[in-house]
Amino acid sequence: MTDKNMALAQLEQGEKAIIEFNDVNKWYGDFHVLKNIDFSVKKGERIVVCGPSGSGKSTMTRCINRLEEHQKGSILVDGIEMNDNLKNIETIRKDVGMVFQHFNLFPHLTILENLTLAPIWVRKTPKKEAEEMAMHYLERVKIANQALKYPGQLSGGQQQRVAIARGLCMRPRIMLFDEPTSALDPEMIKEVLDVMVQLADEGMTMVCVTHEMGFAKTVADRVVFMDAGEIVEANTPHEFFDNPQHDRTQLFLSQILNH
Amino acid sequence: MAIEFKPSPSLPPPSNAVGATAWIKNNLFSSPLNIFLTVFSLYIVYLLVPPAIQWAFIDATWSGESKAACTAGGACWAFVASYFDQFMYGLYPSAEYWRINLAAIMLVVLVGMFAIKAVNKMLLSIAIIVVYPVVAYFLFAGGIFGLEIVETSLWGGLFLTTLLGIVGIVASLPLGVVLALGRRSNMPIVKSVCVVFIETVRAVPLITILFMASVMIPLFLPDGLNFNKLLRVLIGITLFSAAYMAEVIRGGLQAIPKGQYEAADAMGLTYWQSMILVILPQALKLVIPGIVNTFIGLFKDTTLVYIVGMFDLLGRIQSATHDANWLGTTAEGYAFAGFIYWVICFGMSRYSMAVERKLDTGHKRN
Repeated sequence: MTDKNMALAQLEQGEKAIIEFNDVNKWYGDFHVLKNIDFSVKKGERIVVCGPSGSGKSTMTRCINRLEEHQKGSILVDGIEMNDNLKNIETIRKDVGMVFQHFNLFPHLTILENLTLAPIWVRKTPKKEAEEMAMHYLERVKIANQALKYPGQLSGGQQQRVAIARGLCMRPRIMLFDEPTSALDPEMIKEVLDVMVQLADEGMTMVCVTHEMGFAKTVADRVVFMDAGEIVEANTPHEFFDNPQHDRTQLFLSQILNH
Repeated sequence: MAIEFKPSPSLPPPSNAVGATAWIKNNLFSSPLNIFLTVFSLYIVYLLVPPAIQWAFIDATWSGESKAACTAGGACWAFVASYFDQFMYGLYPSAEYWRINLAAIMLVVLVGMFAIKAVNKMLLSIAIIVVYPVVAYFLFAGGIFGLEIVETSLWGGLFLTTLLGIVGIVASLPLGVVLALGRRSNMPIVKSVCVVFIETVRAVPLITILFMASVMIPLFLPDGLNFNKLLRVLIGITLFSAAYMAEVIRGGLQAIPKGQYEAADAMGLTYWQSMILVILPQALKLVIPGIVNTFIGLFKDTTLVYIVGMFDLLGRIQSATHDANWLGTTAEGYAFAGFIYWVICFGMSRYSMAVERKLDTGHKRN
C-alpha cells in the first residue's frame, strides 16, 4: 500500500467514533462528579484530558473500561454499550489497555510474568508465544534486561514503562493513561513520556489524563479541559493553548504555565 | 569543558561498629538499666536451668519395669519408655504399626519432593491432595488387599494427634479462603451465609462443637444413618478453624491496595482469575504469620478430643499415669507431651518463616 492510500484508509477509519459518551452523569452518593458528558473519540485519535484535581477527569477515563459505573446516559466503546452486562465489560477490557498513576504492577510476579498474565489467561495465548511478545514489548520500552526481576527492584520510571508494556501485550485498540507521570521523579518523567510519544506516533488511540502540557502540545489531536465534572472546552492543542475560549481555561492555563 | 563526576569510593565501617564485641556492647551493656537486666536475667537462668538439667538428665532413670525402679530422685523416663508405643500409636495393633510408619514416610517423601526442581509441581500437588489421602486412609483403616481392618476407636496417641492436625490444617485453609471471599462478596445471600457461619462458629467454644459432633448429631440423625465419630470430630475441628482462618485471610485481602484489584479488572481477568492469580497469592503471603498462628492453635486444640472419649497423645499419656505401676509419674508424662508439642509447633513456626523469606520479592519497597 502506498503512503497516500494508507493515509486515505486512516482517514476513513478515523471517521468512526471508537468511544462515545452520550449525556453521561455520575454521582458518588450526593456528589455529582460527572455532569452531562457528551464527547466522542475517533479511532486513532490522541486525546489529552486536563483540569484541576477533583474535576472528574480520572473518573471519566475510568468509566471507559467501567472501573467506575455511570448512573445516567450511555457509553459506547467500539460499538458496545458499557452496562451491567459482564460479557460486554470483559470484551471491552480485553481491547482497552490501562496505565495507572501508581503503576499497579503485581509485586509477587516477575516483570515477564506481569506481562504474560493477561495474554495467557484472558487471550489464551500459548505461554511461549506470550513470552516472545512480552520480550518484544519490553524491548520497545527499553527494559528487556530486567525481565526476570520483580517490580520492587525497579525504579518508578522503569515500573511505569513496564506497566505500559503490560497494557500493550494485550494488543489493545485503545490505551488509557491515568496520570502516568504524576508519581514519578522529574528525572524519570521523560523516559515514560518518550514511550508514550512513540506509541502515539504509531497511531494508537489514546486517552491520557496528564498535567504534562508539553506532551499535550506535541502529541494531542485534541485537548479536553474539565472542571467541576463538566467538559469546559475541547479543542486542538493550537487553539487550546493560544486561543482559549473560556475564562476558566485561561485561568487554568495561566496557573500551570506561569509558575 | 564539563568536569566528569565520579562518586567517591565506599569505605568500610569503623571497627567498633561490627563484630561480636560491638554486638554485646550495643545490645546487652548499653545503659545502666540494660546492664542490670542482663545480670538479672543471667541470675534467673542460673537459678532455673541447672536444677532442671539435674532432674531431667543427670538424676534421671531411663529404664525399668515400674515406678519402683526410679530411685535416683530425678525424672522417671522409664515410664515414657515403657509406654512409648502407646503414646505414638494408641491402641493400634502393634503388628500393624508399619502401616502408620509407611504412610508417615510417604508423606515426608512426597512433601520433600517439592524441593526438587525437576518435579512437576502440579502433579505432585495432585498426588498429595487427592491420591495420598485415599492411600493413607486404606493403610490406616485396612479392609482391602488383605489388610486387617483396624477400627478408628483404636487409633490414638501421636498418630491421632497428627491425623487430626494435618486433616484440619489442609481442609480449613481452602474453606477459610472461600469463607473470606464470600464475606467480601457483593452477593447478599453468599455474604450473609458466610457472616452467619463465621460469627456463629467463632462465638462457640471448640468443646461445644466437639460435643455436638460426637453426642448430639447422632441423636438427630435417623436410625441406620450414622457415620464414624472420628469423621464427625474431624469435620467439627475443620469448620471451627476455618472460621478463624477466614478472618485471618480477610485481613490479608483488605491489606491489598485497591490498585491491584483495578489492574486485574482492567486487563479483563474474571473474578476467579484475578483472585487466584493476583489477589490471593499476595494476601496469603501477607498473613502467613496469622495463618500459622491458627494452624498451631488448631494443632494444640486437638487435645480437646479427650473430652469426647478419643485418646490422642495427651489423652494416652494422661490415662497411662493412672497405671498402678507408674503412679507419681505425672510430671514426666506432661514434660514429654510438652516436649513433643513444642517440637512440632516450633517446627511449624520456623518452616513458616523460611517460606516467608522464600516468597519475599521486595514487596515492601513499594
